Amino acid sequence: MKRRDFLKSVSGLAAGAALPAIPSVISSAKADARSETLLIVSEGGPNNLDIHGVGTNVPGYEVSWNCYDRLISHEMKVGPGGVPYYDRDKFKGELAEEFKIDDMSVTFKLKKNAKFHDGTPVTAKDVKWSLDRAVTVGGFPTFQMSAGSLTKPEQFVVIDDYTVRVDFAKKDRLTIPDLAVIVPCIINSELVKKNASEKDPWGLEYTKQQTAGSGAYKVTKWTAGTEVVMERNEDWVGGPLPKIKRVIWRMVPQAGNRRALLERGDADISYELPFKDFQEMKASGKLNVVSLPFSNGIQYIGMNVTKPPFDNPKVRQAVAYAIPYQKIMDAVMFGLANPMFGAPKDKPTEVAWPQPHKYNTDIEKAKALMAEAGLANGFETTISFDLNFAGVNEPLCVLVQESLAQIGIKTTINKVPGANWRTELNKKEMPLFTNVFSGWLDYPEYFFYWCYHGNNSVFNTMSYKSAEMDKLIDGARTAAATGDTATYDTDVKGFVDLAYSDIPRIPLYQPFVNVAMQKNISGYQYWFHRRLDYRAMAKG
Amino acid sequence: MLTMIGKRLMFAIPSLIGVVIVTFLLTRALPGDPAAYFAGPAATKEAVEQIRKKLGLDRPLIEQFFRYTNDLAHGDFGNSLTTGQPVAAEIRNRLPASAELTLLGLIVSIVIAIPLGVLAATRPGSWVDHLCRVTTTAGVSLPVFFTGLVLVYVFYFQLGWSPAPLGRLDVFYSAPQTVTGFYLIDTLIARDLEAFRSALSQLILPATTLAIFSLAPIARMTRASMLAVLSSEFVRTARASGLSPATVIVTYAFRNAMLPVITTLSMVFSFLLGANVLVEKVFAWPGIGSYAVEALISSDFAPVQGFVLTMAVMYVLLNLVIDILYGVIDPRVRLEG
Repeated sequence: MKRRDFLKSVSGLAAGAALPAIPSVISSAKADARSETLLIVSEGGPNNLDIHGVGTNVPGYEVSWNCYDRLISHEMKVGPGGVPYYDRDKFKGELAEEFKIDDMSVTFKLKKNAKFHDGTPVTAKDVKWSLDRAVTVGGFPTFQMSAGSLTKPEQFVVIDDYTVRVDFAKKDRLTIPDLAVIVPCIINSELVKKNASEKDPWGLEYTKQQTAGSGAYKVTKWTAGTEVVMERNEDWVGGPLPKIKRVIWRMVPQAGNRRALLERGDADISYELPFKDFQEMKASGKLNVVSLPFSNGIQYIGMNVTKPPFDNPKVRQAVAYAIPYQKIMDAVMFGLANPMFGAPKDKPTEVAWPQPHKYNTDIEKAKALMAEAGLANGFETTISFDLNFAGVNEPLCVLVQESLAQIGIKTTINKVPGANWRTELNKKEMPLFTNVFSGWLDYPEYFFYWCYHGNNSVFNTMSYKSAEMDKLIDGARTAAATGDTATYDTDVKGFVDLAYSDIPRIPLYQPFVNVAMQKNISGYQYWFHRRLDYRAMAKG
Repeated sequence: MLTMIGKRLMFAIPSLIGVVIVTFLLTRALPGDPAAYFAGPAATKEAVEQIRKKLGLDRPLIEQFFRYTNDLAHGDFGNSLTTGQPVAAEIRNRLPASAELTLLGLIVSIVIAIPLGVLAATRPGSWVDHLCRVTTTAGVSLPVFFTGLVLVYVFYFQLGWSPAPLGRLDVFYSAPQTVTGFYLIDTLIARDLEAFRSALSQLILPATTLAIFSLAPIARMTRASMLAVLSSEFVRTARASGLSPATVIVTYAFRNAMLPVITTLSMVFSFLLGANVLVEKVFAWPGIGSYAVEALISSDFAPVQGFVLTMAVMYVLLNLVIDILYGVIDPRVRLEG
């Protein structure tokens, strides 16, 4: 922690200091290359260039998004603060020239001039092979496909060289959006098959090291943990030709250095900085800082409802009244989040997610509830968090610890190493913890299906089970698929209300994704995956 | 000489076997579950099990161990899961980066520390002695990341003299063809002076950081050992014989004072090589230390094992070199070998 404090103070000093102009050390040819190159610095880099790979990390998603095409993608709309934001409900063709949605299937006509990076044309058999691969390789891609009821290779039918039909397994509103996420990317099947082996029929080893797509960029150099270099694909037909010719993405582990690189003008874009840095950079106005809420994402305090004392709703409500919400917003998030608490008493529940609950910090009320629960003298418990996000989690837990002590709940803080966090979540034994969940698909029932449903998925971290809740969630899913708006609205309002009165998890805030960039960089777009889309960006 | 080297290498074999066993067991004893980690945040239990099977982690420990040693015998260190690359290749790429930085840091340190130590010893209590004491104490008391950050802040952020702390080369230069893996040498072989300048300027700050940190043990050891030698009888005899002070100090005293300094140097070198993780982090240096730490954080077994094994081999070789050096400096040691 000390190192981080020091960094903050150094960067704090830096923000106020005037920078002397220095003679450029880069020769003029290099300067030209520079103006067409985007230099990104971030903490971590990809471990695999293929999202279908085993354990591909989140930076790997960014490579896949920019180097592969999907059949369809989202249109853009104007989001908060005028920033382009993906439109959840509108789709456009990327590799598909047109697509027609029927009752139980969707048919795609492919663009005839689309070519993979090696020049082979993109055909229907590539599409089928790629989608088959996504639903069969196992792990995350298969799981994500199943979220849209895409589970069997038989669902993908080749009609002719440039026409593909996707059959629906059942009516599901999430099927079409699920075809526009990162996973169903179209891969050069012939090229990969040539490099596949008996042990590795889908050629995962090959696509791990190189991109074999038709996307706007291709990876020309990748040194794991150090840098990724991507060049523009001049023959891209998925959209207008991108303005940025070359993307250099360097891994700079020190947050303070990333900020220094930005402020000196050496790097073009960075994310993953401490919130305090973002807030200061915002205030100084030398850089463009974009902050947008995570779509369908919430940081929360969860309680294990299977074990005393948190099996008692009164205790959970007491905790909800004891959380120092505003302090967390100010001291931990530096205001860079949407509050999810303290809605006015008379505010009707909306058909939306996330939305704030009506709890506020009220120690007296919390104490009264504790007394009602027969625990006026309090109890002892532990609060756990993921060390990978210690920058937020640690101060947050300290504040919660301090506040809970006032109603007699003595907590010890349990720091769980990142590698171990998911194992711990899966065990479902931690009594009290903080965590973030955010879904790619921005629908309330999607969030609730994973986080509150009695089928007890990994994300139902509280082990919450309620027959009434299940009925409402399933009801909303069916209603969404059949287009029954009235039932859908009642069910969504119903499960939000129930989640807030039973309060197994206490939403704190909707976090922001923060990106800092030079003033001459334009075209940043917010996507559900929260990574950069280079295709729309421009420099100068 | 050759028998001595052979004998030393024979002695190293049991310790290497020990290292293999201990690292294997230790990494398995880590609390994290790599399968859960690499299955990603959205994984179901089945997905985690699928990954576990793919990684071979569902097999009994003893089987995993035999497979691991068998692979090792074939020169296969396994694959890193975090970076997705073969460990042997990664270590081969990263070790020169760390070694170049550490060596340069050590050379800078020696160039400053040894004369400083000798001067301090010849004039105990003088201003040189005090200077030696103050700089070495300050250098060793400042944590390396702190020195590193201060240097970056002053020389890059404020003054702009130093290039961006972005690793071994400026972003717009391409790396020279690998011959030794040391950019300073490879760029010269490729006759690319611009890249050489870039590589050198990238090296200055991190090497200085390391040098500042390692000044203390070398300077202090030189001083102490010189003091002991200078007060010995043969130096008195040499002086009494009317030899010039320079001859006395350089030819007679210095050579005899070198033995403990060489020992310290070997310790400082091996320590720096493993422990410059923080410097590597500050300067985004693609070295071996940061690689091992990142692997450790994500319970990535193979790189950790590979790292420990490489370090063990390096220690063995380093000790061998030091022993040989002893022999060169002090003939008595050679006879005993």
